[in-house]
Amino acid sequence: MRAKVLIRPKEGILDPQGKAVESALPALGFEGVSHVSVGRLVELDTDDPDRLQELCEKLLANPLIEDYEIEVTK
Amino acid sequence: MRFGVLQFPGSCDDRDALSACQRVGEARMVWHEESDLDGIDVVVVPGGFSYGDYLRAGAIARFAPAMQAVTRHAEAGGAVLGICNGFQVLCESGLLPGALLTNDSLRFVCRQVDLVVESSDTAFTRECKPGDRLSIPVKHQTGRYFAPPEDLDELEARGGVVLRYAPGHNPNGSARDIAGIANERGNVVGLMPHPEHAVDLLCGSEDGLRLFESAAAPASEHAPQAVTA
Repeated sequence: MRAKVLIRPKEGILDPQGKAVESALPALGFEGVSHVSVGRLVELDTDDPDRLQELCEKLLANPLIEDYEIEVTK
Repeated sequence: MRFGVLQFPGSCDDRDALSACQRVGEARMVWHEESDLDGIDVVVVPGGFSYGDYLRAGAIARFAPAMQAVTRHAEAGGAVLGICNGFQVLCESGLLPGALLTNDSLRFVCRQVDLVVESSDTAFTRECKPGDRLSIPVKHQTGRYFAPPEDLDELEARGGVVLRYAPGHNPNGSARDIAGIANERGNVVGLMPHPEHAVDLLCGSEDGLRLFESAAAPASEHAPQAVTA
């Protein structure tokens, strides 16, 4: 099975990457863009989708600072 | 006292750490695939970029056989010092609370900073007194200490903050100017600054040596010191 895991900084945690992207946009003529947050996407094939959550908690995300969403595709 | 310095693919401060340890005792390298720490009293997890720091700094190193051995060593009360990337590894391993985030400036910082000793009740600061100032360099981009406010309160309440950046010296936006912390027993300490780079006046300071001297000193000689104002 194919799965996508989207990992992003937890709400309320200062995200300097998002801030840097946000502050660069006006210089390029993109106005009115706010609340930019930068995360990462992990795609994988797995034989055992039931263990995806455990896999996320133990390795892909650090639950103290990051939220994650799992999307299982075909 | 016998020191062991972990070596991951991507470690880069292992040799300085080994050299610092050898000033106060015997020391050898421990390759990341080793799972036996027999004969080692004090473990140093050095700075660098273990496994390329892929995913998150320290996230993959925690699964190394050597780190499993370090966890057992720590649980048995053995002394463990995590420096910079080593601190990140200890947090990812759950041996220390909290996490290290990208510096608030987004920039790599490399400079000498002043630290204030907050606790001398750890394996690595028992040769110091609370209030002592140490001049030690930092060099990192992922060094902003973070923990939820309630966890920070608990950490402070139990005396788990070992070192704080002196006023005006916080290089990364760390919560409450925290530079180094300890676990509850005080045998596991992690810090972002590099004491192994401050062991000779030729490099501007030898204050870092005091952490290694603390670890080398027999614990029994050191009753907890009274706090002096």
